[in-house]
Amino acid sequence: MTTITYLAIFALAVYSFIINKSRAVSLAKFSNLHSQPYYHGIYSAVFMFLPAITLLILWTSIQNILTNLTIKDYFGDINDPGLVKFYINSVIDYSSGVSTRIIEHSGFLPAVERYSSLTYTNSILKIIVAIGLSVTLLRLSMKTVTVEFKAREYVERLFVMLMKLSSIMAIVVTVGIVLSLLFETLRFFSMINIFDFLFGLQWSPQTAIRADQVASSGSFGAIPVFAGTILISLIAMLVAVPIGLYSAIYLSQYAPYKVRTFAKPIIEILAGIPTVVYGFFAVITVAPFFRDLGDKIAPGALSGESAIIAGTVMGIMIIPFITSLTDDAMNAVPSSLKEGSLAMGATVSETTKQVIIPASFHGIVASFLLAFSRAIGETMIVVMAAGFAANLTLNPFESVTTVTVQIVGLLTGDQEFDSAKTLSAFALAFVLFFLTLILNVIALNMVKKYRELYE
Amino acid sequence: MTEKLKISIKNLNVFYANKQALYDINLNIMEREVTSLIGPSGCGKSTLLKCLNRMNDLIDICSINGQIMIDGTNINDSDQDPVLLRSKVGMVFQKPNPFPKSIYDNVAYGPKLHGIAQSKDELDSIVIKSLSRAGLYEEVKSRLFEPGTGLSGGQQQRLCIARALAVGPEIILMDEPCSALDPIATAKIEELIEELKTKYTIVIVTHSMQQAARVSDRTAYMHMGELVESGFTKNIFSNPQHQKTQDYITGRIG
Ligand SMILES: Nc1ncnc2c1ncn2[C@@H]1O[C@H](COP(=O)(O)OP(=O)(O)OP(=O)(O)O)[C@@H](O)[C@H]1O
Ligand SMILES: [Mg+2]
Repeated sequence: MTTITYLAIFALAVYSFIINKSRAVSLAKFSNLHSQPYYHGIYSAVFMFLPAITLLILWTSIQNILTNLTIKDYFGDINDPGLVKFYINSVIDYSSGVSTRIIEHSGFLPAVERYSSLTYTNSILKIIVAIGLSVTLLRLSMKTVTVEFKAREYVERLFVMLMKLSSIMAIVVTVGIVLSLLFETLRFFSMINIFDFLFGLQWSPQTAIRADQVASSGSFGAIPVFAGTILISLIAMLVAVPIGLYSAIYLSQYAPYKVRTFAKPIIEILAGIPTVVYGFFAVITVAPFFRDLGDKIAPGALSGESAIIAGTVMGIMIIPFITSLTDDAMNAVPSSLKEGSLAMGATVSETTKQVIIPASFHGIVASFLLAFSRAIGETMIVVMAAGFAANLTLNPFESVTTVTVQIVGLLTGDQEFDSAKTLSAFALAFVLFFLTLILNVIALNMVKKYRELYE
Repeated sequence: MTEKLKISIKNLNVFYANKQALYDINLNIMEREVTSLIGPSGCGKSTLLKCLNRMNDLIDICSINGQIMIDGTNINDSDQDPVLLRSKVGMVFQKPNPFPKSIYDNVAYGPKLHGIAQSKDELDSIVIKSLSRAGLYEEVKSRLFEPGTGLSGGQQQRLCIARALAVGPEIILMDEPCSALDPIATAKIEELIEELKTKYTIVIVTHSMQQAARVSDRTAYMHMGELVESGFTKNIFSNPQHQKTQDYITGRIG
């Protein structure tokens, strides 16, 4: 019913656009309009659409609050507010046909009846008012189609407002995410000492399910988890930096134009492969390869979950970031510098080493930092290829765990949302977020600095 | 003046992909003289200049045939190394392009590359000599280790000349070296060219007729990829043989 109302209002808006535009067109035949007919159409459509939709939405939410209050009375004898809420939801679900479950409570069926009749009359009223408002506004808007009406300016203002709103939304959402993360983290730190978390060497959240162990400190020491993340990310950088750098040098300095235009998009496609695919690649191809290799040297020494496997695959994943960004940075070096060096009798590799790389150094380092922060936050590959055991080690052939793996482990399955164990996931995420934020800020600053150098 | 042939261009044709840019160029360039190349935009002056130190090699689609002899050797022979050639034939570009390094390192760049200096002291003296020869040393001696990009446009251009001199070239190619400079900086560069020609063979591309008349001994006029005429500058300007040359220097084309 409500859907149809929304659709009807939308249809009216379209109708308003068409009719007012055509009215403006016929007006334009006799005189010079201030605004093009298109703007009159848009203006009148928005003029009726926005108020009508706002009314509908407001009405609906107020109605929900009021009806909830009304049927709450039927469960006045219950003290537990959570239970009351559950009953109210059951009433709503039952009335709207979502569920057929009947609650064993004397107030339930009367409440359902009351709710149904309330919503029914309300809906009818709502539809009549909304459509009525639309039609009135439509009629009003027809009067605005005149020679001197500045529809174009109003429409321009409207779009500016829309864009502002979108930017605000983006920022608000980001801030919201950070805040929700922050609150859960603070809740966690109210249970566990922040220093034990940041500097503790022992990570075993599973044991903390039992109440007597929550208090036993040391099981939430995040160091091994972060050490694992760093270890795997460093291995990834070891793989990705040389390959990414060399391929970028080849692409930007040596490759003929045709090769470059062909190869660069392909490398950038690599960046779009879903990471779960890399995970498969790690498990199916890379892990057996390393295991066989390890067996030749020391049988059984290498498990399928070594840091080196996840790290290598993650390295492959971040190669395109380094290649693409470094290539951009090197290409941004003015070609006059390259020519100048070559004209001095330098070879291309000398020119690259002595002129191009120093000139694009900020950009190159920025690409490393961005790739590193990508590696730190990567989840799917490590979930599939790294282990869950939080060993504190620098040995790449041992199994380590990462922050993201732990978060996934802590939050999957049935979890209670106020145990220290679950909340520790938020603390981990928050620290991780903070780390990548710092890396990104540094990287973006470097990019900016080196842009300033050449523009 | 004893005349010695330094560069001899014979039947040179240059193509960018399928498009011919130079048609059958024949030109002799004498040692320790300034030769200027003039002509309307797009006539192939830069292309001809770049053939002389094989900078055209860097353009994939560029191909050439014909002969360019420097000191009696064809520079396009397969056994000729373009990298060595370029240390013998220096180049100064239209826009000053100092490297993002210190003034000292800009000048020391070539000598280090080619292993010219045996010691730090020798390198220092090469840098100082080159900067002095480019008429820049007095202005920058107190800030040799500051970035070369911090100099004024005219100073940057002289730095680029010093940089080219530091590798000990015999020939210096200049592609409109003053087009980005103001009249005072231009006068300085022209003065410098006058001095440099006692030691170096200079080929300069210029859009300014006055500049060609002021600095060059010989002038070659090009039009649509062809060399129309060449000869002593004073003859070209006072008594051009071709109508096109006449039109160009009197400002009717270009
Ligand atoms: N890299 C290139 N690729 C394709 N064509 C080129 C290239 N460089 C030059 N050309 C062409 O060759 C011709 C000669 O160009 P060139 O740069 O030598 O002219 P120019 O006399 O130096 O002109 P200007 O006085 O404007 O510098 C032009 O038609 C130009 O379009
Ligand atoms: Mg040119």
